[in-house]
Amino acid sequence: MENYLDVQAVGMRFGSRKGEFVALDSIDLRVAKGEFVTLIGHSGCGKSTLLNIIAGLNRPTEGVVLLADREIDGPGPDRGVVFQNHSLLPWLTCYENVYLAVERVFGAKEPKSRLAERSHAALEMVGLAHAEQKRPGEISGGMKQRVGIARALSIEPKVLLLDEPFGALDALTRATLQDELMRIVASTEATVVMVTHDVDEAVLLSDRVVMMTNGPAARIGAILAIDLPRPRDRLAMVTNARYIHLRNCVMEFLYRRHAKVA
Amino acid sequence: MSATPLKRKMLPVEVSGASGTVATGPSPAHPAAAELSDRLARRTATEGRPYRRVSAPEWVISSIYAVLGMVLFVLAWGAIARMGGRIPDPAAVWKAAVVIFSDPFYSKGPNDQGIGWNVLSSLRRVALGFGAAAAVGIPLGFLIGRFSVISGMAAPIVAMLRPVSPLAWLPIGLLLFKAANPAAIWAIFICSLWPMIINTALGVRQVPQDYLNVARVLNLSEWKIFTKILLPSALPFMITGVRLSIGVAWLVIVAAEMLTGGVGIGFWVWDEWNNLKVEHIIIAIFTIGIVGLILEQTLVMVAKRFTYN
Repeated sequence: MENYLDVQAVGMRFGSRKGEFVALDSIDLRVAKGEFVTLIGHSGCGKSTLLNIIAGLNRPTEGVVLLADREIDGPGPDRGVVFQNHSLLPWLTCYENVYLAVERVFGAKEPKSRLAERSHAALEMVGLAHAEQKRPGEISGGMKQRVGIARALSIEPKVLLLDEPFGALDALTRATLQDELMRIVASTEATVVMVTHDVDEAVLLSDRVVMMTNGPAARIGAILAIDLPRPRDRLAMVTNARYIHLRNCVMEFLYRRHAKVA
Repeated sequence: MSATPLKRKMLPVEVSGASGTVATGPSPAHPAAAELSDRLARRTATEGRPYRRVSAPEWVISSIYAVLGMVLFVLAWGAIARMGGRIPDPAAVWKAAVVIFSDPFYSKGPNDQGIGWNVLSSLRRVALGFGAAAAVGIPLGFLIGRFSVISGMAAPIVAMLRPVSPLAWLPIGLLLFKAANPAAIWAIFICSLWPMIINTALGVRQVPQDYLNVARVLNLSEWKIFTKILLPSALPFMITGVRLSIGVAWLVIVAAEMLTGGVGIGFWVWDEWNNLKVEHIIIAIFTIGIVGLILEQTLVMVAKRFTYN
């Protein structure tokens, strides 16, 4: 397998008054092209910090991250980021929110009509063609998150980064969007790194689940390959022995070997 | 709308029997909420429930209260007038007002003009001084909000000058422009400047980090960041600044005109005092109040237009 996204010995230290705080300690992770990888761990384990480093929003104090053999040295449109709180601009319509991203990435080399096509296509992919002209304030939380996904994918990123994308949604909406995401990822063959603290979400969606130990100085505790065939059906999984076993492996890691004292 | 089921629970109290008593629900403070609950009340009534719900529209009730307050106010004023002294009673003022407003735009030389001309000259000064303050204050506010160096340099100066009465700047204006009219505009400029700077800077500083993160991951150009993120995000704050500025400017213009003379509502008040026409002074007080109210409400409407959520 080709190493598409390559996290090499990444560490993150924050200076504070009480001395140095080590958030991440020598993280090594290789993600292949088209792979879906989930980072899971208790809150405060630095999984979001790692995602932000890949996004380029934070600079690691040690180590390096390569994407398609080029070093990441800042944020850029070769990575599409979906934030937990959707981060849509409330004064723009759904269409304009997506168009802003499309225009930035393709505006220099494509005519306006093509940019509009791309924006429409992205919103259609997430099933929001009918809500294009609505403002974020006029649509539900689930729909906002769909627009966020459309915006991230519209720029044809090398890798899609999802930071607890469904964390703020109710359980039913979350399930629908997980199914949608599986469908979209299958059709676009996107490479995805997702942060979550939902065990079912991690096992259902991923090719590999990266389980992180508790901070400070969080590391990768274990990596679990999810060898369930795709497409995966949510209902069939409930009784699938392999699924239940894999799910238990993650639970075991999180609640026995690395239980967090609340 | 997720608010609907909640709202429905606190709908107007139902009318007991057919006595015809009008019962009203809890009156929500917000006009939009009032309209919503009113609409819901009507809808519920047409849904054929076994009981009737009767509720007068909120605006009718609030107008009744407003009229009631006015009546009490005029009665109290009449009582004070009857106690003696030189305060004219409401009837006398009304009679004078009818005369004045029957010909608001006459002009008999620079010192004797209709109330319409006086108000318009004051509004013109406010518009000029305020416009200049917006042209200077809003860009300055942006710089102060965006760059901490400029903020650090400007903050102490703004903090020191802001509490100074704009009338203290009037002599500087007279010195600079060597004429009364520009000096009054200058005072308006000074007093409008501070709310504009402070609120614009606050708005720029409060742009949510999430939006700036979007700009960062997309690598948006500075121009796009300004037009698509900073400006719309800071706009409600800027409009608040504009509203406060206009309010202060309308307060200050009366005082400034008393000092500088010429045509204007403030000068008119002083002139009528010299003529001992107290009715006219009271008319001027009402006129100033009503014009101020209209300015304020217009800007509140503009502000609503630009509020997103």
